Amino acid sequence: MIVEGIRGDAENFPVGMRVLAVDDDPTCLKLLETLLRKCNYNVTTTNQARVALKMIREKKDRFDLVISDVHMPDMDGFKLLELVGLEMDLPVIMLSANSDPKLVMKGVTHGACDYLVKPIRIEELRNIWQHVIRRKKVDSKNQNRSSDQTKAHPASGEGHGSPLAGNTDQNGKFNRKRKDDDDETEDNDNEYEDNGTQKKPRVVWTIELHRKFVQAVNQLGIEKAVPKRILDMMNVEGLTRENVASHLQKYRLYLKRISTVATQQANMAAALGVKDSGFMHMGSLDGFGDFRTFSGTRLGNVALSSYPGGMLGRLNSPGNVNMRNLTPSTLIQPSLAQNLSSSINSLGKMNLVLPTSNQTPSLFQGIQPSLELDQLQHNKGTANFTSINNSRIFRTGSAGAALGSSNNLLNSPMSNPLLLHGNTQQPLSGGRFGNQSAPFTSESFNNGVSDPANENWQNRVDASKMHPNTLLSAEPFHSQLPLNGLRDNNSSNGTYLQNNPIDLSSGLALPPFEDSREMQCQVGPMGDVQNMSQSWSEQRQGSGIVNQKMDIYTGGRSSGGASALVQQNGKLVTESIPRSNEDFLFEQPKLPSGLTPQGYDSLDDLVNAMIKREQDETVPNGEFAFDNYSFGAGM
Amino acid sequence: MERQAAYLRNALFDQGYLDEQFLQLEDLQDQANPHFVEEVVKLFYTDSVRLIQSIELTLKNTPRDFEKLDKIMHQFKGSTTSIGAKKVKKECTQFQEYCNVGNVEGCIREFQEVKQEHAALKRKLENYFQLAREAR
Repeated sequence: MIVEGIRGDAENFPVGMRVLAVDDDPTCLKLLETLLRKCNYNVTTTNQARVALKMIREKKDRFDLVISDVHMPDMDGFKLLELVGLEMDLPVIMLSANSDPKLVMKGVTHGACDYLVKPIRIEELRNIWQHVIRRKKVDSKNQNRSSDQTKAHPASGEGHGSPLAGNTDQNGKFNRKRKDDDDETEDNDNEYEDNGTQKKPRVVWTIELHRKFVQAVNQLGIEKAVPKRILDMMNVEGLTRENVASHLQKYRLYLKRISTVATQQANMAAALGVKDSGFMHMGSLDGFGDFRTFSGTRLGNVALSSYPGGMLGRLNSPGNVNMRNLTPSTLIQPSLAQNLSSSINSLGKMNLVLPTSNQTPSLFQGIQPSLELDQLQHNKGTANFTSINNSRIFRTGSAGAALGSSNNLLNSPMSNPLLLHGNTQQPLSGGRFGNQSAPFTSESFNNGVSDPANENWQNRVDASKMHPNTLLSAEPFHSQLPLNGLRDNNSSNGTYLQNNPIDLSSGLALPPFEDSREMQCQVGPMGDVQNMSQSWSEQRQGSGIVNQKMDIYTGGRSSGGASALVQQNGKLVTESIPRSNEDFLFEQPKLPSGLTPQGYDSLDDLVNAMIKREQDETVPNGEFAFDNYSFGAGM
Repeated sequence: MERQAAYLRNALFDQGYLDEQFLQLEDLQDQANPHFVEEVVKLFYTDSVRLIQSIELTLKNTPRDFEKLDKIMHQFKGSTTSIGAKKVKKECTQFQEYCNVGNVEGCIREFQEVKQEHAALKRKLENYFQLAREAR
């Protein structure tokens, strides 16, 4: 290994690719190590997940790939997967002696880029480098988009040869979607260069920044919002048109996703029937299963969206109404709200989410009560949350949990992610969400909650995991969007989930939840929470970004009332974000009482905060989520 | 010596004690790693003792925690799979099946089988390694 930051031996890649192998079984670990060495990779091993995490965290670019066993005593492999994926955006391959499809699915939804069954053959390991390349391409693409696109190198950067063709195609396709050859070549070129050297400095979309962005977009009108004008309106020094353009793209995707989900939710709601109980069941039952999958998330989103309506309604009756009646274009917010609610519900019960559908009237009802209940029953919510989204949901779940405590939405793992998003979105709670959701979301939960319930979440959360991060870290939003989509396995789920988490996060902001949720999250004790938040934020970045944005967007959409919330949230959020976990602990989400139905603005803040958090990798997840949520509430 | 070692090795395969995975292990043995196979096997036996003990203990507790038993056995089975211990693996699977249906008697009985196969293979492999070392 030459230089630490450089990806192994760039010229001879995959030779020298730096792999971290984690397996508690010494026999398997030794075997794995030898197999990997035989493939000429640079191998580091450890039999403890915590040590692995530490190693990865202490130096961001230390490894190219992580291979981890699923069943480990000190930490569940899926949890590690989530954390690594969210925080570090490293490709992770799961390993297990168990080939049960459910586990494989779980791996996929949690973000694994591959799942290998023991005993492993060396042939299987010879191709794992493709995951590294694939991810770099995606990253590169995201990054490159913002930067100038003048580079026009031939596809040399693309591959290290034909094997990359596959990856290239994938990335290429993605590139093409954006811009045609320019992007592709540019990306390839950049990737090639960047992979080995340094990454372009990313623009961190802080909550503040995102809020400005959303404001600008709203002022211009989503259709008329062009990067140049947005940039002018935002009036931020150092921000380039390209940055705005790529962020806008993500935002658009987010909105699209929201609306799709909303539709789904509507369907679901219809199917489920508006009852709360109905909701709950739905969510928990098939909803969850679906959530996990791509479609599942949709529902969650849908649910969430409806929820927000409810939430909003609660906070701001007029606001709520408005939400619901929002036109399709404006529905985005409601959708988000719905998602929030869904997420919240999901936290309690996935079901709730579903009913929300765009119509949301029913949902609102369902949600509202749940919301109220949630607030009262933080604990419930939290508990639910944890189960739902251990990682993700908590974050939002906290908020959502509070909301959905009554609902028991949490059951549905899927919902969690959504809820989380929903929660966060719930700017209704106003500031709370922002604060709460961000830090609180799954991160805290995850840590705290580790119970089996969490397990559920984890599965769900996986998908959502992606999200929570996003929710909390407003920042991740932007970056995440593309990433999420790009991720191989998680793309569908991830993307969706991501949205959700954000929702939840926003929702989480609810202070009341915090208390209950905190239980869960807090359980994690700050330390955990912190970790959670960290991982969370990190995760979010990837996935969450998308979500967060969504939330933010919705927040933006909301009426002015929300602005108050937003401000609160923004404040809270920003505060928490930059800080490490400790900070958040102290920074209690002011939301609880203050949140009041500020409206979406707060969501925006939340989202921003979330995004910010995400961006703020250093800022432990705890910051986001914890700040508002856990700490404030009852921690 | 060499022939004896080879004979012993083939017998292990023929009698179903070892499967293809063991071949993988052998493939990994080379100049850089001259005693790889033996090292891995040794590692396996050292580590599996702890797992076996754990199962023993769990089997004694009543009511039987089948979930836990299954979990430990799953771990144990993972290791045995890694070294290609075919017969042991088979018994492990059988044990897990008894766990799934909550058959206590079956579990206890089967566990004895697991231990027996585990010990038998150990003896055989030790012999084989001994011969192989002497043959070198």
